Amino acid sequence: MSPLDRKLLRDLWRIKGQAIAIGAVIAVGVLMLVMMTGLVSSLEETRKAYYERYRLAEVFAPVTRAPERVVSELAALPGVAAAEGRVTGAALVDIEGSALPLQARVVSLPDFGEPKLNDVYLTGGRRLEGDRTDEILLLQGFADAHGLVPGDTLRLTVRGARRDFRIVGLAQSPEFLYVTAPGELAPDDARFAVIWMSRTAAEAAFDLQGAFNEALLSMARGASEAAVLDAVDRILEPYGGQTAYGLEDHVSNRFVTEEISGLRTMSTGVPPIFLGVAAFLLYIVISRMVEAEREQIGLMKAFGYNNREVGLHYFKLVIVIAAGGAVTGCLLGIAAGNAMAGLYLEYFKFPFLIFQLSPGPFIIGFLTSILAASAGGLFVLRRVFALTPAVAMRAAAPADYSGAGAFGSALNRLLDQPSRMVLRRITRQPGRMVGAMLGIAAGLALSGAMIAVMSGFDETLGIAFGVIDRSDVTVTFTDARSDKILLELARIPGVKHVEPVRMVPAVLRNGLKTHRGAISGLVPRPRLNRALDSDLDPIEMPGSGVILARPLADILDISPGEMLTIEVREGRQPDLQVPVVGLADSLLGSPAYMDIAAINRALKEPGRVSGAYLAIDASQSEAIYSRLKNMPTVAGVHLKDNARRSFQQLMDSGAGAMRYVMALIAFVITFGIVYNTARIAQAERERDIASLRVIGFTKSEASFVLLGEIAVVTLLALPIGAVLAFFLTFGVAAGFSSDLYQIPAGFGRADFGMAALAVLAASLLSGWLVKRDTDRTDLVSALKSKE
Amino acid sequence: MPVSQIEISENLHEAIYRTVGLTKVYGEGAAAVHALRGVDLVIPPGEIVVLLGPSGSGKSTLLNIIGGLDRGTDGEAWFEDQNLADMSDAELTIYRRDNVGFVFQFYNLMPSLTARENVELVTEIADDPMDPGEALALVGLHERTDHFPAQLSGGEQQRVAIARAIAKRPRVLFCDEPTGALDSKTGRAVLKVLKEVNETLGSTVLIVTHAAATADMAHRVIHFADGDVREVIENETQADPDEIEW
Repeated sequence: MSPLDRKLLRDLWRIKGQAIAIGAVIAVGVLMLVMMTGLVSSLEETRKAYYERYRLAEVFAPVTRAPERVVSELAALPGVAAAEGRVTGAALVDIEGSALPLQARVVSLPDFGEPKLNDVYLTGGRRLEGDRTDEILLLQGFADAHGLVPGDTLRLTVRGARRDFRIVGLAQSPEFLYVTAPGELAPDDARFAVIWMSRTAAEAAFDLQGAFNEALLSMARGASEAAVLDAVDRILEPYGGQTAYGLEDHVSNRFVTEEISGLRTMSTGVPPIFLGVAAFLLYIVISRMVEAEREQIGLMKAFGYNNREVGLHYFKLVIVIAAGGAVTGCLLGIAAGNAMAGLYLEYFKFPFLIFQLSPGPFIIGFLTSILAASAGGLFVLRRVFALTPAVAMRAAAPADYSGAGAFGSALNRLLDQPSRMVLRRITRQPGRMVGAMLGIAAGLALSGAMIAVMSGFDETLGIAFGVIDRSDVTVTFTDARSDKILLELARIPGVKHVEPVRMVPAVLRNGLKTHRGAISGLVPRPRLNRALDSDLDPIEMPGSGVILARPLADILDISPGEMLTIEVREGRQPDLQVPVVGLADSLLGSPAYMDIAAINRALKEPGRVSGAYLAIDASQSEAIYSRLKNMPTVAGVHLKDNARRSFQQLMDSGAGAMRYVMALIAFVITFGIVYNTARIAQAERERDIASLRVIGFTKSEASFVLLGEIAVVTLLALPIGAVLAFFLTFGVAAGFSSDLYQIPAGFGRADFGMAALAVLAASLLSGWLVKRDTDRTDLVSALKSKE
Repeated sequence: MPVSQIEISENLHEAIYRTVGLTKVYGEGAAAVHALRGVDLVIPPGEIVVLLGPSGSGKSTLLNIIGGLDRGTDGEAWFEDQNLADMSDAELTIYRRDNVGFVFQFYNLMPSLTARENVELVTEIADDPMDPGEALALVGLHERTDHFPAQLSGGEQQRVAIARAIAKRPRVLFCDEPTGALDSKTGRAVLKVLKEVNETLGSTVLIVTHAAATADMAHRVIHFADGDVREVIENETQADPDEIEW
């Protein structure tokens, strides 16, 4: 080992505290990048593998009643690889102890053998046996939520007939990763069941002997989905086809896709911000560290080392720290990504995990750290190289404080000498101080933006369930009914207000952009469920035209004034041309609103309602639920509190859960920045402090010079950080927003307060750590060493 | 004329410093370095005392201990009737603040304070200080008092350091190689200032140096070697710094 390399190792040992602090900040930035990209690619790979292994269909074609022979017609279509018909429909589950009826979806499995498409993954018990009509498989999530196990009996109501079934097995399916009761946004395992029964049993239950009401298709490689959809629609049309749709419009898949793409948006949007802040800090720290080596650089040059050799030596020092941090970050990132993937595995209900890592984030993280560190080092080295060895070695000339902007004598009289030392350092060496200030401000911005986004989640829930939806209960009817039913609801004792709604399933189309959703028909001035504009003021339903949620307008790429095509997927299935007349800030989901009379008129079904929002007297809720449960026209009853809880859970366990991890990392980086700033200031002032101590200043008096500087820099960084945080919040909030929910970008006073507290706490702790060290400084040796 | 240690110790009641068996060991075991090996020494007040010796002889270590910057490993170090070895860190700080002025080879000025402000740094915390202007005048710096250290020459910086050290009217002025970084002309000027401080303020001045010529201006010269006092010489006459051969 060459003497220079030995020096390198000893130098590293000497500055180990700071090297570790710098390395840690880089490590955390890289960790974030590696973790997020690893997580996203793993989830995508796993989903793909799950879909393939259990043969999830790529085309779903609902139909009223098609004879079984039509399946072979579908299978023969060009571009179709496999086709299968099945029977599916709605049911109610009667669980003892549950005040509300629970909705369920029944799906048929072939009597013999495995299904060609949409197989199930058995998690307990056994598969259905032959054509036994009293056996069912139950969705694992629902079974868990209600403590049901194979062997238990489940009572179902299908088409008005009540019957008991025996649960023989529990299952999961790529088709039902997420289950959402009709009319609800957030999934809830406890309130929606999926039940598989034999084809024979399902045909009997839904009166579809020898027929199917849903076709599943998989496509040959390279086939055009649009062409297949068209062909399928043509074949099924005579049997009441309701328009085939591809996987991207499938509810569960869309949900998973949305969640994963939320994570992906986050992984591309947020980690670079973190890494950027880390890189900036690295630049500042390294440049000041190399500056402190000035004398040794002069010495090495005096010995005859040339600039390249000296530069290489310090470059190595920088690389060891940066690379050490980057490698640690990669390793921790893999571990964290793996752990997070494990958590999401449970959340997404994937039966297995394919952990996938791509080299991209490693290379990006590694290069960013090393480039930032080298830039910091080289910048200073160039300045030092410009000096002759003799000058570089000379007992450091005192830093020049004679610059312009001398203090007014009035101010001087107010300040004692140590305070002047603090202030002059800030006013006359602005370069260093601005660097330190920007570093701390960036740290504050990072924490602040994360805090703002965290409170944004609460705000979203608060607005969605406090301002937009002010009902207590939502009732959905089995089908669109005469509005006379509203009177029936209003007569229930304890119901204070009834507000009708007409939900119409539809495909919204603007040119090539489509969205499969629904139109919500509301009364002109709703009180319980309202559309709000960006100021949270209610929007009155216009006599004609549609109001779109902002993210929906983005998906459809449409603005107010343009015409929207609404392809209704109910009844006669007309296509409507309706102008977009406004945008609503809905925060949850992506609704489209119309006046209820206008949509009914367009459908030529006047006076129809599909559901109602109720305001009720909480003390009579049990009696009200029991009345609703016994009304045959009521298909579902949803409590707002349940919905709110489901959403909270969704935000806390889905992509949104990442906010906690990221906030933690933001705090680590913020502390790292503040601590490093304090350490650098300490290194630069060590000699001054020792001199003060020798003159007779007490430990506290002497450390005031250092702590005062840290305090002033921190305080100055607060307003700058607030401005940075304000802008950063937009980026981070956009990263956390998806089609499922939007996070408002707002950096408020409370957020600033929290972030400022975090920075001040970090500053106090760093100050305490630094003071502890300066108190221990050996006066003699500190005086002997020249800077 | 050499005098024996015993004769000096008869004047104990007059001593400003007295050490008994003062030892300083750095490190442990085989790697231990004995910087001071049981030094017995008496320094009377009001004198200029020069500590001479090659580097590593222990003279700076002694200065640091009796200056309250460091502690001995063993033995006693008395400042009048106080044993510095028994003092806490806080008491040592008070001791330095009230009694001692320091001048170092590398000046140790605060770069962010002007010459006058560097002096004020001390006058603000001292009990009965001089006017900063007066202290600066004493070292011959009447004019450049509003300049920052970066704008002053080495000799000027050292004179500011002396002004800072004497402004509190210290009982003792410690100077560790005060002329080490200076040329002969500036060095003489600095020594003159030290002599003047001794004469006008009555401060005891302790100068650590390896420039033997400096010894001519001292009342007392203590030769150090291998961590102990080799010889103490009292000069009957003191040379003027101008006459000192550099």
